[in-house]
Amino acid sequence: MWANTGAQRHPSRFYGKALNMAVLISIPILGALLILQTVVVSNIPLLNGTADLVLLAVIAWALHKRVQTAWQWGIIGGLFVAMVSGVPFYVPIIGMLAAVGIALLLRQRVWQVPILAMFIATFISTLLMHALTIVALQISGVSTPILQGLNLITLPSVLLNILLAVPLYVLLGELANVLYPEELEA
Amino acid sequence: MNITPKRSLQTVVLALIVIGLIALALGGYLTPVSRYILTPLVTAQTWLSTRFQAVQNYLDAPQDMARLRQRNTELEAELSRLQTEIIELKQQISETRVLEALVDFARVNPDNQYIAAKVIGRDPNPFLQYVIINRGSDDGLRRGMPVVTQQGLVGRVAAVTAGAARVQLISDNGSSVNVLLEPSRAPAALEGDLTGDLSLDMIPQSAKVSVGDLVLTSGLGGNFPSNILVGQVSNVRSRDNDLFQRAAVQPSVELPQLEIVLVITNFRPVDMSPLIPGESEP
Repeated sequence: MWANTGAQRHPSRFYGKALNMAVLISIPILGALLILQTVVVSNIPLLNGTADLVLLAVIAWALHKRVQTAWQWGIIGGLFVAMVSGVPFYVPIIGMLAAVGIALLLRQRVWQVPILAMFIATFISTLLMHALTIVALQISGVSTPILQGLNLITLPSVLLNILLAVPLYVLLGELANVLYPEELEA
Repeated sequence: MNITPKRSLQTVVLALIVIGLIALALGGYLTPVSRYILTPLVTAQTWLSTRFQAVQNYLDAPQDMARLRQRNTELEAELSRLQTEIIELKQQISETRVLEALVDFARVNPDNQYIAAKVIGRDPNPFLQYVIINRGSDDGLRRGMPVVTQQGLVGRVAAVTAGAARVQLISDNGSSVNVLLEPSRAPAALEGDLTGDLSLDMIPQSAKVSVGDLVLTSGLGGNFPSNILVGQVSNVRSRDNDLFQRAAVQPSVELPQLEIVLVITNFRPVDMSPLIPGESEP
């Protein structure tokens, strides 16, 4: 039995609307997080690393079991970051999509402990995003010392991301529950 | 109407007594007497008045408390409004001072045309040292324009949209600026770092470099105008078996605390790629 009366009659239509709404709502949410990222979070570094709110939001969204718009969120988040950042545009897009892929993979494997999946996905995705950045910078002719980058940027960023992973997971979980209400047993 | 002679006499006597008392009072002869009469009266009046005021205060207290609380709330609201106003005014003063300094800088360098822009964000990627400013192509900004403050060189415009631009700071890992040292006039290349530090490379071994030397843009390469202050040499590393000397530079601009910058709009960077053999060949 579906949660609301309209959905009882047309469950596919209900989920279609939720799908559209989930994609539409990603634009203000990820936009707001990007603004927060560029204005506030980037000014509060740990050594030289900073948290990545958009990446965390995309991972947190993808890890919720009823969410069906994880890939769309990944693309939108990647495009937003690509518009603002100085890295080659393909880096954030590939990075976000890879993060969604990792999150979906972990959602299937570690579904009983979602917060553990969030930590693992955050850890791997941050490393991957930074590795992609280093490779892209090397390709564009900017030599980047890998060990220095790992010590001063990547590891502090991983720590900050893991610290912020829980609140973002909870917040986006609430949003996911609103947009994808749980099926009620008859 | 019958007025008896006895009653008339009483009246006259009374009148005489009253007149006599008034005369004595005016003459000050009744003061000791009045003191003896008034002292207990005043004491009693004071006692009664004190008690009456106490009772009145007791009865009026709740009303006053309510009024005081209301007044207190009003004053607190007024205080917080004034505090907000003070913060805003302080911010305005701070911005005005920065703008004043920038205007002074523009006056000292009349050859250049400037557009002031506010820093509204930083690059979300921690590997890059870029800032975002609130002026874009609609304001005449173009890619490659140098960005300065009154203290010195900041960087250059790396990308432009209609209403905003991204500025690559000189501390970015991919930034390279041709500079010269004062007073030796030795050429060098200023490079950024992942940590945001600045270093000088390609300083000839023959050049005499010491801590405190000024670092200025040389204008070579056509990416920046010449003679813009970049910073000061803070450390020199010179080895006999190296081809070049190296040095660390303390930037004159506090790059992490940038608020307002000036974009030099009449400087067009020179595209030298056709002159470089490797890049021009198909």
